Amino acid sequence: MAEASAGHATIIQDWASDVTTFKGVPWGKAMMWIFLLSDTFIFSIFLTSYMTVRATTAEPWPNASEVFSLMAFGHSVPLLLIAIMTFDLITSSGTMALAVNYGYRRDKRKAIFFICATAFFGAVFVGMQMFEWYKLISEGVRPWGNPWGAAQFGSCFFMITGFHGLHVSAGVVYLLIIAYRLHKGVYDKTNFEIVEIVGLYWHFVDLVWVFIFAFFYLW
Amino acid sequence: MASEVGQQHPLTLYFWIWGLLFVVSAASYATDYMEAGYLRWFLILAFMLIKAGYIVAIFMHLKYERWALIYALLLPPLVILILVYLMATEADYTWLTRVVYFGDDPYPARGPMPGAH
Repeated sequence: MAEASAGHATIIQDWASDVTTFKGVPWGKAMMWIFLLSDTFIFSIFLTSYMTVRATTAEPWPNASEVFSLMAFGHSVPLLLIAIMTFDLITSSGTMALAVNYGYRRDKRKAIFFICATAFFGAVFVGMQMFEWYKLISEGVRPWGNPWGAAQFGSCFFMITGFHGLHVSAGVVYLLIIAYRLHKGVYDKTNFEIVEIVGLYWHFVDLVWVFIFAFFYLW
Repeated sequence: MASEVGQQHPLTLYFWIWGLLFVVSAASYATDYMEAGYLRWFLILAFMLIKAGYIVAIFMHLKYERWALIYALLLPPLVILILVYLMATEADYTWLTRVVYFGDDPYPARGPMPGAH
């Protein structure tokens, strides 16, 4: 903590130190951050290309508020499923934060429990996304066209949410593997920083969803 | 190991951020009921940045890392803004060309646009 708040002068010292730049950061965590940085670029480019095709099409863009509405209690509620998916993913981020915290307290049992809870909420998210895809495909949305307007809507939707869903699915598998290995005692001689590393990945998946929710569903 | 001592925070911190993310998400969802316009776009972006900021700063602990790591992670994505600027500028030309050659005339009062079919 004292080091972290030491101020901007540490930047030059750290980068010029001729040894490990990211001091106090386990190598696995540094590598996960670098991977997430590269993933940031991938999702940024997806969203930028979505902006480009949406801005260049001369046809009207389908209204996401209506496309993603669901019937509930006799009313059509806009973006209902998307809102539930958002809250589900935030909940999974919360349980992941607890898992990281218990990991650093060396409370292995609670850390494993909360990692599994996170994986559960992630699996629920993927399930809801499958339902969303099924609904849109049965309504005639294809990567090359849809009944409501600009054809690019489908290609953007499937590409962006598909890539994000793939990240969530991979994350669920990753979480379960780490939970199993924690249980087996593979990390007992370490500081349990592996929980923070898998946590970084999981929070990133939630972070990407924040941007997809804003730009694709709300805009 | 700086991380050993660096990542110990009371659980209440996470519960506060968790609750805050719920509230901001609800507010973000509520913008869908607003009229389209600059205020709505501003609110969408504001709520998005608030949520992203809290996730990165607290849940991903970036606030508690050294500046060397913080800058290494936050500065490179800024070049994306250059791409966004270039694509947004280019999009105007593409859109106009499509309107002229295959679309409806956006300015019917002025008569057909040059090159319109």
